[in-house]
Amino acid sequence: MTERSLVEAINLALSRAMTEDESVLVLGEDVGVDGGVFRATAGLIDRFGAERVRDTPISEAVIAGVSVGLAAAGFRPVAEIQFMGFSLTVLDQLVNHASRLRNRTQGRLTCPMVLRAPYGGGIHALEHHSESFEALFTHIPGLRVVIPSSPRRAYGLLLAAIRDPDPVVFFEPKRLYRLAREEVADDGEALPLDQCVTLRNGSDLTVVTWGAMCHDTLMAAKTLEDEGIEAEVIDVATLRPLDFATILTSVEKTGRCLIVHEAVMTGGFGGEIAARLAEHALMSLLAPVKRVTAWDTVVPYPRHESHFIPSPARIAAAAREIMEFA
Amino acid sequence: MRNRTGRATRQMTQGETMARAATKSPSRASSATSATKRSTRSTKTAKATADVPSNEALVGYYKQMLVIRRFEEKAGQLYGMGLIGGFCHLYIGQEAVVVGMQAAIGEGDTVVTSYRDHGHMLACGMEARGVMAELTGRIGGYSKGKGGSMHMFSREKNFFGGHGIVGAQVPIGTGLGFRHKYQKTDRVSLTYLGDGAVNQGQVYESFNMAALWKLPVIFIIENNKYGMGTSVQRAAAGPSLAERGHAYGIPGEEVDGMSVLAVKAAGEKAVKHCRAGKGPFILEMKTYRYRGHSMSDPAKYRTKEELNKMRQEHDPIDNLRRVLMEQGVAEDALKKVDREIKDLITDAADFAQQSPEPDPSELWTDILVDA
Ligand SMILES: Cc1ncc(C[n+]2csc(CCOP(=O)(O)OP(=O)(O)O)c2C)c(N)n1
Ligand SMILES: [Mg+2]
Repeated sequence: MTERSLVEAINLALSRAMTEDESVLVLGEDVGVDGGVFRATAGLIDRFGAERVRDTPISEAVIAGVSVGLAAAGFRPVAEIQFMGFSLTVLDQLVNHASRLRNRTQGRLTCPMVLRAPYGGGIHALEHHSESFEALFTHIPGLRVVIPSSPRRAYGLLLAAIRDPDPVVFFEPKRLYRLAREEVADDGEALPLDQCVTLRNGSDLTVVTWGAMCHDTLMAAKTLEDEGIEAEVIDVATLRPLDFATILTSVEKTGRCLIVHEAVMTGGFGGEIAARLAEHALMSLLAPVKRVTAWDTVVPYPRHESHFIPSPARIAAAAREIMEFA
Repeated sequence: MRNRTGRATRQMTQGETMARAATKSPSRASSATSATKRSTRSTKTAKATADVPSNEALVGYYKQMLVIRRFEEKAGQLYGMGLIGGFCHLYIGQEAVVVGMQAAIGEGDTVVTSYRDHGHMLACGMEARGVMAELTGRIGGYSKGKGGSMHMFSREKNFFGGHGIVGAQVPIGTGLGFRHKYQKTDRVSLTYLGDGAVNQGQVYESFNMAALWKLPVIFIIENNKYGMGTSVQRAAAGPSLAERGHAYGIPGEEVDGMSVLAVKAAGEKAVKHCRAGKGPFILEMKTYRYRGHSMSDPAKYRTKEELNKMRQEHDPIDNLRRVLMEQGVAEDALKKVDREIKDLITDAADFAQQSPEPDPSELWTDILVDA
């Protein structure tokens, strides 16, 4: 088996999907000849040709809309938006069209498209290039929102997303693109969508997170372990539809919950999880649910990024506060 | 009858023509820049329209272009030293465009552009110190070190940014044109965009609105042949970007963007059109960026030969220098200019490294004022 980085795993899954299914097409800005800004689509144009791997003009709204049209007609387009920050003009097509097609046509038309975009900070790239507004997408019924947090999960979840009959937005934590490598078998095995992944078992508190924050949370869990605090770490993986059962079961066991995300706090997806816990887990909670998030401000100049994005230290500190409460 | 739009006009002034003849320049400056198939169809050489500027004015343009060139070279160095965070898009090669356009406008006219904005700011009269210090993220920068390379503004100099989203500055520039017209001034909005940006939908919504309401907007398409790694030919349909406003009745011209005098002449014509209340105008500047798209671009999408040919035969600064010598400006005078600029840029770079970093508490400022 070969060790691969997250971005290589994405590339592998795309290759696999294109090999298996001729209806899979890849389109986006500089995805062909250049192989993508992060090289996620490198080499695909050589293997599958420029008909199936399309360099598009800089026209995000239409990249999304063309994908809806293709998908409605039976193709499986995988569109790339270079950075999540450039995806705001695609919202109209995703919200008003992609997510509603099945419902509007009672299933006569479906929209099996995937829209991939790197997201999150940590690469010192300023605003537009470091955004985490996944919550804008999780607000939409009829859209799946998937975020992998390791090379293996990136491979398996992307394959699942491409094979899924409904629209999926697939946000890739760009800070993890090349951070770590692990063995990824090109076995064509998809991982289940709509399921959380428990990354670490623990009995003292549950930490719920996703994307690059899984990495920082695991680091914090290590620190906490040395202090005698056992954190259970859950990677949400599919934000919508949310596998709340896994989170609930864990919180019922630990009685404490910390939610960590890179997006700003207000209106973030952490609020949804906290609300559900308030509705369903009140009697199990020993302490108030806490959130560690970016501050409610704009992605700053790189030098201040570490003040903005949650760090393992901030995560560990919040966990201690919860433990001290009860 | 409506004017035929999209006329492609090559403009050269007498001074340049003379200079080229004298130096036996291998080809007209515009021939390489407009060598693409798209431009040949409608290109015809126009008679020079503008007067030959005075030597003093010419030296001024030379100076402004060289300030931009040296500034960008220095920015490239500072980036290499790890002093500049985020993205940094250099303007080297395209200097004639902003300097020529700035020479064509006056007090109160506004400018807006995208992220390749250092040259525009310097041409607008913003200080090298403040721009460089913004690149390094310091308090002395135009955005107090919170914006970086792509996001700077100056109300005093009527520079409305510096915008990172490709194409999004075009409606903003249209709004600035709206304001000029609404307030019944005869001011114009210079709205810059790239050859890649022209494929964004909001550009055409802007064209329509600007034409419908006869807004004084000059849409300046800086066609440097590439949008990131994609050449114009691979991204843009149609014979000429200058003709992209055709459907809305917006006149457009192709301009040799490597010649400051050609740019100035075309700019003056467009400005006159706007000030006369005739609505928007499109100028497609045939230009070239020498450096990569941003600092991390291996630039595999083009050949070294293509780049070298542009630099050797069409460099806007070298060409103007030749004109100046031809017009009898002493080499010593130019050397003095070179030295002054070197000092200016060294000073800006020093300032950009000495100015303090903003306090982390600045993260929370300027979000919303309290209601
Ligand atoms: C909406 C949006 N899409 C994509 C990008 C990424 N991007 C930045 S610059 C660029 C190329 C733009 O090319 P062009 O308009 O020709 O301007 P140039 O860089 O040549 O000055 C792209 C695709 C972006 N910043 N915004
Ligand atoms: Mg360009």
